[in-house]
This record gives sequence, C-alpha cells and structure tokens, in this order.
Amino acid sequence: MSLTRAERTIIVSMWSKISTQTDVIGTETLERLFSCYPQAKTYFPHFDLHTGSAQLRAHGSKVVAAVGDAVKSIDNVASALSKLSELHAYVLRVDPVNFKFLSHCLLVTLASHFPADFTADAHAAWDKFLSIVSGVLTEKYR
Amino acid sequence: MPNGVNKGAVTAFWGKVKVDEVGAESLGRLLVVYPWTQRFFESFGDLSTAEAVFGNAKVKAHGKKVLDSFSEGLNHLDDLKGAFASLSELHCDKLHVDPENFKLLGNVLVVVLARHFGKEFTPELQAEFQKVVTGVANALAHRYH
Repeated sequence: MSLTRAERTIIVSMWSKISTQTDVIGTETLERLFSCYPQAKTYFPHFDLHTGSAQLRAHGSKVVAAVGDAVKSIDNVASALSKLSELHAYVLRVDPVNFKFLSHCLLVTLASHFPADFTADAHAAWDKFLSIVSGVLTEKYR
Repeated sequence: MPNGVNKGAVTAFWGKVKVDEVGAESLGRLLVVYPWTQRFFESFGDLSTAEAVFGNAKVKAHGKKVLDSFSEGLNHLDDLKGAFASLSELHCDKLHVDPENFKLLGNVLVVVLARHFGKEFTPELQAEFQKVVTGVANALAHRYH
C-alpha cells in the first residue's frame, strides 16, 4: 500500500495547518484515546493522565511531531521513523491493536478541528497514511 | 445495554443530529475511505470518485435508511440484540455482509459526528458513542451462523 501523488498533496497541505497546533491536536488525540479505549492507559502507569496534565500535553505533542516527521519524509516513512520503529519493537512493545485506536482518535480530532478540509478524500488519505505509519512502527516486532 | 452507556447524554446529543445528512455522509465516506466496501453496492452505479459517490442518489437514500435504523436502535439501548435480531438475520442470510463492515461504518459515523459538531463532540461523548456503535455492530452480528 503506497500513497498516490494526490494523497501526498492532501496530507502535506493539511499538515501545514496541523503543525501550528501540535499541542492541541496531540493532547486531544490522547484524551480521546484514553476516554474511548481505557485499556491504552495500561502503557502509561507512570503518567498523570488527567485533563490538563503537563505530561499528557508533552506526550501528545511528541506523538504529533513524529507524525510530522513522517509527513516531511512522506516518500520514505520507514527511514524517517526507523528509530521509533525500533523503540516500539524492543522497548515499548505496544500491542499493534493500539495503533488502530490511536489512528482513529487522530482522525476524529482532525475532523473536529478541520471540518472543511477533512473531505472524504482527505479522510481516505489520512487513514491510509496512518496505516502506513502504524505498519512502519510495528514492522520490527518479529 | 453496552457497558455503562450514558443513555441521557447519547439521546440528548442525537436529537441534534441531522440523520439524513449524517447517514448519507457516513455511507459515502465508507465507500470512499474503504473502497472494497463497494462490493455490496454494485447496483448503485458510478462510485469511482468521491464526487460520484456523494452525487449518487442511491447512496444518499441508503445512507438515510441505515442511519434511521441506527436511530431506532438508540431507543433500545437496553436490548440492542433484540432490536436488531431480524436485521442481523437479513445481513447474514440475504446480504452476506461480513460483520467487520459494521465496525468500519461505526467508526466512520463517529468521524462524521466529530466533523459536524467539533468541540461539542467531546472525548467523553465520543467514548459513549464508541460503546454504542460497538453494541450495534455486535447486535447486527449476533444472529450470524
């Protein structure tokens, strides 16, 4: 599965808006993840996950920034996320199902913040792109 | 009833939803984002682009039908399996729809609600709706054999 030129254009263009609010988008994505899929909290016993938590904000930013790294190397996501891929495979070992949950929550957040930009084609492009990112992050699992 | 759904919050919110619009948009997005789902709609005509899908009268009509049914289900959160029993049999025996598709449509519906309601579709409200769409998907799969 790889992105068409049109899909790449959509993603890069939406990213320019997202990048001005990585904190907000990141925090909300994680809030949605932990509200809807409380089992995801099992990976963060060391975090304060309450609304407004500084850790939540910092981590949300980090996650969205990594998505940004993937966007900036959209032709070679595997190389851009190589270190993160190793981290997830050997250290974090987050069950792959959680990437689907996180991706869904990011899509919901994007739809909520960018209703006009998040057309059906944008929805399709981002869903596909996040599948690719998830695939890269789990590709060294075994 | 799906585990501890806040019935009041769900019904209050649903009262504001334009079921026709949201139904058409949800089905349309399903067909665009997950194009393999078009396999169930070969009689609908041109579904080759987003423009074609969203201009398609059959998609609009069917989207409305599906969401009307979902809407009715919200009146039976205490017994979704009972409420969707005959639809479950229909989807298995006549329509031959893989229940995985109910999960896909449920999640698309959640995205569409977020798009229409923005901030109002809070993480907490989304959590309630995730339970509801999962409950409906499970109810529709319940009679499969």
